[in-house]
Amino acid sequence: MPDIVKITDLRKAYADGFEALKGVSLNIREGEILALLGPNGAGKTTLISTVCGITTGTGGSVTVGGFDTVTEYRGARSMIGLVPQEINLEPFEKVISTVRFSRGLFGKPKDDAAIEKILRQLSLWDKKDSQIRALSGGMKRRVLIAKALAHEPRVLFLDEPTAGVDVELRRDMWNIVADLKASGVTIILTTHYIEEAEAIADRIGVIAHGELLLVEDKDKLMSRMGKKQLVVQLTQPIDAIPASLASDALTLSGDGHALIYSYDTRAERTGITKLLSDVAAAGLVLSDLETSQSSLEDIFVDLVKEDAA
Amino acid sequence: MNWIAVKSIYAFEMARFFRTITQSLISPVLSTSLYFVVFGAAIGSRIQEVEGISYGAFIVPGLIMLSVITQSISNASFGIYFPKFIGTVFELLSAPVNFIEIVCGYVGAAATKALFIGVIILITAFFFVDITIQHPIWMVTFLVLTCISFSLMGFIIGIWAGNFEQLQLVPLLIVTPLVFLGGSFYSISMLPPVWQVISHFNPVVYLISGFRWAFFGSADVPIVTSLFAIAGFTALCLAVIGWIFRTGWRIRQ
Ligand SMILES: Nc1ncnc2c1ncn2[C@@H]1O[C@H](COP(=O)(O)OP(=O)(O)OP(=O)(O)O)[C@@H](O)[C@H]1O
Ligand SMILES: [Mg+2]
Repeated sequence: MPDIVKITDLRKAYADGFEALKGVSLNIREGEILALLGPNGAGKTTLISTVCGITTGTGGSVTVGGFDTVTEYRGARSMIGLVPQEINLEPFEKVISTVRFSRGLFGKPKDDAAIEKILRQLSLWDKKDSQIRALSGGMKRRVLIAKALAHEPRVLFLDEPTAGVDVELRRDMWNIVADLKASGVTIILTTHYIEEAEAIADRIGVIAHGELLLVEDKDKLMSRMGKKQLVVQLTQPIDAIPASLASDALTLSGDGHALIYSYDTRAERTGITKLLSDVAAAGLVLSDLETSQSSLEDIFVDLVKEDAA
Repeated sequence: MNWIAVKSIYAFEMARFFRTITQSLISPVLSTSLYFVVFGAAIGSRIQEVEGISYGAFIVPGLIMLSVITQSISNASFGIYFPKFIGTVFELLSAPVNFIEIVCGYVGAAATKALFIGVIILITAFFFVDITIQHPIWMVTFLVLTCISFSLMGFIIGIWAGNFEQLQLVPLLIVTPLVFLGGSFYSISMLPPVWQVISHFNPVVYLISGFRWAFFGSADVPIVTSLFAIAGFTALCLAVIGWIFRTGWRIRQ
């Protein structure tokens, strides 16, 4: 897939001198879902705002669909839809008129069929004549999404779309995102819920302190860093690993009660069968078996910690 | 030009106006009627004709200007301050529109609303006094130019304002005194000489004078001067707005 968004060495220093982005380079592929993770204040919103034209970068460049976001902002911005982190809506407006307004603002001619389709997709059609202030928080967020989609953007930025949203609505949101992806929209979302990134993203980027620490395919990331461990509990503690079992992958727990075996789930042979028969051959008696896999969360926490160190 | 965007902003702002049309109209109609009762009937009965015109008729152009100027400023300043205040301005900033389009939409709507109210006041005035408009085309020209230029000024105030107090500050401290001292209710020639000289530094004097000329054919200052004054003021506002958008002052971080 070609890259639809190209961010090159993007820097942003705010008026008070604080550098919120310290040279971020990131290419986003057409049609993918990219999740941006990072602690509070990492620079996620700043990155999105700079791409969308809400703030001006102080260095580097961004192109969207080949259009430079500064010199060819009309072309670039026409392709972008933005759902901001804060719920910013006019309380007294009707749902449908605010969505229509967004479409017009982006220069698209009035098209009631298109608006209806979007509102239905977001389960807002029966609320179309309600005032915004009469909606629940989750509905308001969907109105923001409807506004962002009103001009049929090719790239959609979702800044924490599921913050403060209940489990059911979060699943709804994931389905909406999946539908959008299926219709060919490229999606960049930020989130603090790592399971969310795990559940829907194709690629994951991690930002901390204004720097992009990594961007990688989710599956590769998980398998590269997500080793699995098998813990073999023994009925009797041992002092050392018997010579017949010795291998790089095997360690003994501190109290001698357990053998810890690390393996790669994707490898052709995990070596588990051999290990277990070797353990039995060595005369050790098992009391329990347990496997664990490091989650994205562990990876994330490790990365951010490393960066801070 | 992204005309669809201009039209969308304009229509959105006008819809807000028409939603509250009764409030929007009752208050100017009521206050104008009060002015006519107090100034026209009560005080006017004791005042000689001014420059050959009955006092009640004489104050009509000033009254219209007074409302049109305050309405233009408050409509336009609120129109752009409100999105800043509630955060919806992000949408304007991320849309494929340039500054000129944003200004056309917001200032156009604010000026239209003010014009609307100016016309309503004129109609109300017909119920109280006899007036014939000698130069109708000039009258409309002055009215429209005033709506536009003061809406531009209001737009600047709305961008500048950091809170609601500041939004009220400039209209209250600067504009209202200038308008009241601008000859809405009197002819400059009625003032002592010193004040006549001072009045010539008040831009509103030129506006009201020109506007009154369009009604009655007599003016405190030459009509050409009035035209230059309003053109100059409009140009100044446009220049300031141009600068704001080039630098992103108070809108884009
Ligand atoms: N207008 C501003 N002026 C000065 N500093 C700012 C401004 N906006 C953001 N910052 C700073 O820039 C840094 C990055 O902020 P940003 O909002 O991009 O973080 P974030 O990753 O979106 O955080 P969160 O997860 O809390 O939303 C923070 O340290 C913040 O204080
Ligand atoms: Mg943020």
